[in-house]
Amino acid sequence: MRIDGKGLIDRSKPLRFRFDGREYAGFKGDTLASALLANDVRLVGRSFKYHRPRGILTAGSEEPNALVEIHGPTNQTPNVRATVQEVFDGLEARSQNRLGSLRYDLLAVNDLLAPFFSAGFYYKTFMWPRAFWERLYEPMIRRAAGLGRLSGKHDEGAYEKAYAFCDLLVIGGGPAGLMAALTAARAGADVILAEETPALGGRLLADGGTIGGQPAADWLAAVQAELAALPNVRVMTRTTVTGAYDGGTYGALERVGLHRKGRPNLPRECFWRIVAGRAILAAGALERPIAFPMNDRPGIMMAGAVRTYLNRYGVSPGKRVTIFANTDSARGLVRDLTAAGVTVAAIIDPRPEASALEDCPVHRGAVVSGTRGRHGLHEITVRQADGAEIKVETDCLAMSGGWNPAVHLTCHMGGRPRWSEDLAAFVPSEGAVPGLVAVGAANGTMSTHGALSSGRTAAEAVLQALGRRADAAPLPEAEDAPYAVRALWAVDGKGRAWLDFGNDVTTKDVRLAAQENYSSVEHMKRYTTQGMAPDQGKTSNVSALAVLADATGRGIPETGTTTFRPPYVPVSIAAMGAGGRGAGFAPQRFLTSDQASRDRHAPMIEAGLWYRPSYFPKPGETTWKEACDREVTMVRNAVGVADVSTLGKIDIQGRDAARFLDLVYTNTFSTLPVGRVRYGLMLREDGHVFDDGTTARLGETHYVMTTTTAAAGPVMRHLDFIHQAFCAGWDLRFISVTESWAQFAVAGPKARALLDSILDAPLGDFPFMSVAPATVGGVAARLFRISFSGEEGYEIAVPARYGEALFRDLLARAETMGGGPYGMEALNVLRIEKGFITHAEIHGRVTAFDIGMAKMVSAKKDCIGKAAAQRPGLLGPEREQLVGLKSDQPIAAGAHLFKPGFAAERENDEGYVTSVCWSPTLGAWLGLAFLKDGRARHGQHVRLVDHLRGIDTLCTVEDPVFLDPDGGRMRG
Amino acid sequence: MAELIAKGPFDGQEPVSAGGAVLAPLALGPIWSLALFPGQAKAAEQALKPLDLGFPAPGQWLQGKAGARLVWTGRDQAFLIGAEPLEALAGLAAITDQSDGWAALALKCSAAEAVLARLVPVDLRAQAFPPGRAIRAGLNHMPAVILRVESGFEILTFRSMARTAWHELAEVQAHLAARAALTV
Repeated sequence: MRIDGKGLIDRSKPLRFRFDGREYAGFKGDTLASALLANDVRLVGRSFKYHRPRGILTAGSEEPNALVEIHGPTNQTPNVRATVQEVFDGLEARSQNRLGSLRYDLLAVNDLLAPFFSAGFYYKTFMWPRAFWERLYEPMIRRAAGLGRLSGKHDEGAYEKAYAFCDLLVIGGGPAGLMAALTAARAGADVILAEETPALGGRLLADGGTIGGQPAADWLAAVQAELAALPNVRVMTRTTVTGAYDGGTYGALERVGLHRKGRPNLPRECFWRIVAGRAILAAGALERPIAFPMNDRPGIMMAGAVRTYLNRYGVSPGKRVTIFANTDSARGLVRDLTAAGVTVAAIIDPRPEASALEDCPVHRGAVVSGTRGRHGLHEITVRQADGAEIKVETDCLAMSGGWNPAVHLTCHMGGRPRWSEDLAAFVPSEGAVPGLVAVGAANGTMSTHGALSSGRTAAEAVLQALGRRADAAPLPEAEDAPYAVRALWAVDGKGRAWLDFGNDVTTKDVRLAAQENYSSVEHMKRYTTQGMAPDQGKTSNVSALAVLADATGRGIPETGTTTFRPPYVPVSIAAMGAGGRGAGFAPQRFLTSDQASRDRHAPMIEAGLWYRPSYFPKPGETTWKEACDREVTMVRNAVGVADVSTLGKIDIQGRDAARFLDLVYTNTFSTLPVGRVRYGLMLREDGHVFDDGTTARLGETHYVMTTTTAAAGPVMRHLDFIHQAFCAGWDLRFISVTESWAQFAVAGPKARALLDSILDAPLGDFPFMSVAPATVGGVAARLFRISFSGEEGYEIAVPARYGEALFRDLLARAETMGGGPYGMEALNVLRIEKGFITHAEIHGRVTAFDIGMAKMVSAKKDCIGKAAAQRPGLLGPEREQLVGLKSDQPIAAGAHLFKPGFAAERENDEGYVTSVCWSPTLGAWLGLAFLKDGRARHGQHVRLVDHLRGIDTLCTVEDPVFLDPDGGRMRG
Repeated sequence: MAELIAKGPFDGQEPVSAGGAVLAPLALGPIWSLALFPGQAKAAEQALKPLDLGFPAPGQWLQGKAGARLVWTGRDQAFLIGAEPLEALAGLAAITDQSDGWAALALKCSAAEAVLARLVPVDLRAQAFPPGRAIRAGLNHMPAVILRVESGFEILTFRSMARTAWHELAEVQAHLAARAALTV
């Protein structure tokens, strides 16, 4: 219920939201949890395994129970903590993990079967028959035990990722963090202050008190104003630091737009990578429950959370509240409740020496030994010091088993926390994360004074390390009460006592694990699933290992903790991969001719990151093959134009350029005359073929190398490596010019006529494999006479700015001459007819010998990969060698080859097909393939089988150069 | 005689002003790569004097005479922007025309840093990356050369990736604009 006049919510801004289809009222500043409690909604979810009715346990990101689905117009987010989700107008939340309504969940039958569902139940029960594992047991268990649902649709929301850099990252905006940030910021350091909730203040917002003689709220407002005015401070609210990584890098998740109705372009979340010179961890402490019998009912909450709801949100979770706590920290709650007019029915304090001076009954040395209330607590049983049991009517039990410092981030780089007997809790080990120091409650300093002073001290140390001087500002006075706690982990009695509410793990499960010899804490965790729920055991880890320590007779320090790993809170994959969905996955590279091709309705296909035209359909053509056949015939009989700018182009200069090319290519380039082009083959260091292409000699010390499209980047890297590793001192420089030139292939019997029509000066004597400068309309161009089609072929390159104009002009002229553009499909057919290889053939496992180019490995010099290519097993008849295949039936790449009459089985496999096409020129299906001892088998038949496409046919083995083997057409 | 019409990577693209930053195409003029041959650093320094330029240190760019700039782009390598290379450099450095290989953008105004903080994993705060600094870094997943100038940043990326670069920068601006419109 809402308490008048209390809380930091904005009562001038009422909001409407829906939970499970029913509309409720809240205020700006409410979380979903506080608004539900204000509406007396106590039942908010069902537990993971037993489907027990559950309410809200905490008021922070550590919440294990109150997980809900948030439904928006375009998104559905499961497992959202109601304690973190802020309420906005129109918020639609639904409970999850239920069959039927939340109140009458049909799967609650699991709770009745609970005696069977102890730890290891699944491992022991669902063993036989084996065939049932995947088909029956897993779907059944998944249906019964679960979390929220995904919509099955893409998340269309905007997400962001970002980088930040600072001198000091302060994690947590409570008194310790504020003091640290203020101290460092006043001295001029670049500070980022990350606070998980929407408002700064931490426990000050829940506990109130005074600082420097004024109400904590006033001090807070002054600090906030000062930080906001400093240009060197960035305050990031709604931001949880999720992980500590190498080099002072921290991951952080910012909830940018989750607290309001979605808007176009407003990121839902932003995942930050923050690189900080130093970090101060002021993340506070997490209150831990006590495992007493039937401690999981809605209405049983953490005492600190009850105080937060009361003072920060103006909500009392109950009308008659009882307190069960073993620390003095819960006594502040009693006074706040009383002052707010809420009845405190009893205080149950297990410490016999605890103070009894309160305005309500105090049961010292007593424990809570039982509870009642199916959908919400209405009665507790108190076992008094003398063993007598009494019943107390209550609708809210505020419990506290003490506080666990939030050590998580300090353990992310392999550090282990240290056990403190005084605090009955683990505290951070110093130096566990280089450059990070924990302060305040995160370091076990529980008073406000301690928080302020440790925050300031840590900031001063950081400033010293940065070489900055701290101003000697006075430390404001604040409460400095000692933190008195006596460890109480579990209460024996009839009924289950939950440790991990998230995964339904009880004290009995942990004891059973120990009994069955899963006595290491890591084994216990995996056997019971304790700490493996979405909350990662924030409220249960320490209590569970304490119960394990008790069961195994070891101490808590010897038992140790499980491993704390990032992220500290759940991080959506969408935030981590922000911007990378769909087309955002990789940059798109567009040719200068892109629009011209699209104007002609050419379907574009991806070639690496490039988009290249597949074919250029003409009116009346209904299939790609019709267009392709026409384009091939056009090139063979007239002239075709294709954009080949995607090929890698590397400009190589220097007195040692020729020597360098001799080293990287198998063949010799130092003997290449200026003005000539040569085909080159490149090996990897392991002797296999790496890439091929042509290299032209533009001058005595100047070459331009062409690589394949696919290997443009890798070849550049390869050359860089060779240059740096093997010939660093050589007079040699090279740089990519791929992007600088637009280059077009002009091929066919009328290619020369087409070029003569556009070049400023006619070609003249320009033999096959030449290069020369040329001009087009005064624009300096490069002209190569090379061919990838087997026809008289040229490539003309102009600076990229002229690419589109030249392409359109070439097409217009070609069309006048009976030619036109050709796409990737035709380009592929043309090269298969000529037996030219691509990366379909040089796929990384073939040698120069395999592709019939052993003679291209010069005997007169060494080259990269030459020695390794001579290894046994890489030469000889046992190798699969490049051959051509011809068939009158359709064949397919990926098919395998067998001797005719042999079964199409792995043992008889003799090779495979890499490329196929229908050749309109030869009127047959052609293929390139690798066949065992293939060069000796020209003229023979092989059986080609493609199990996937149902092809089984005989082919003739031929020389891979099907068309014009002596190259008469190409040389012109 | 054919007459070829030149087209820049961002032809027809209007500047985008959003999220506290202005993104605009940039015409840089000629870009030449100067890659010093071994042992030629001193001679090259001498040869660059008429442009009032030295060879930039790693991470630096220098302003010379008549709009000429020399931007460090790698080991023993710099881009001469806005000027033609001097003949005196012949033989001292491999000189390669890069003018058409790069798409250049200007990113200005107060949120320029915030925009790049979403795409570039490098510290570009003014104290770490003041005017006169240059870096080769990834612009999200694209290669880039980034210069800090008085008015903000100049960004060079591959010409073929111009459309993606523009789209991603403009998208970040739209995100920042939506963030700025939040009252709390």
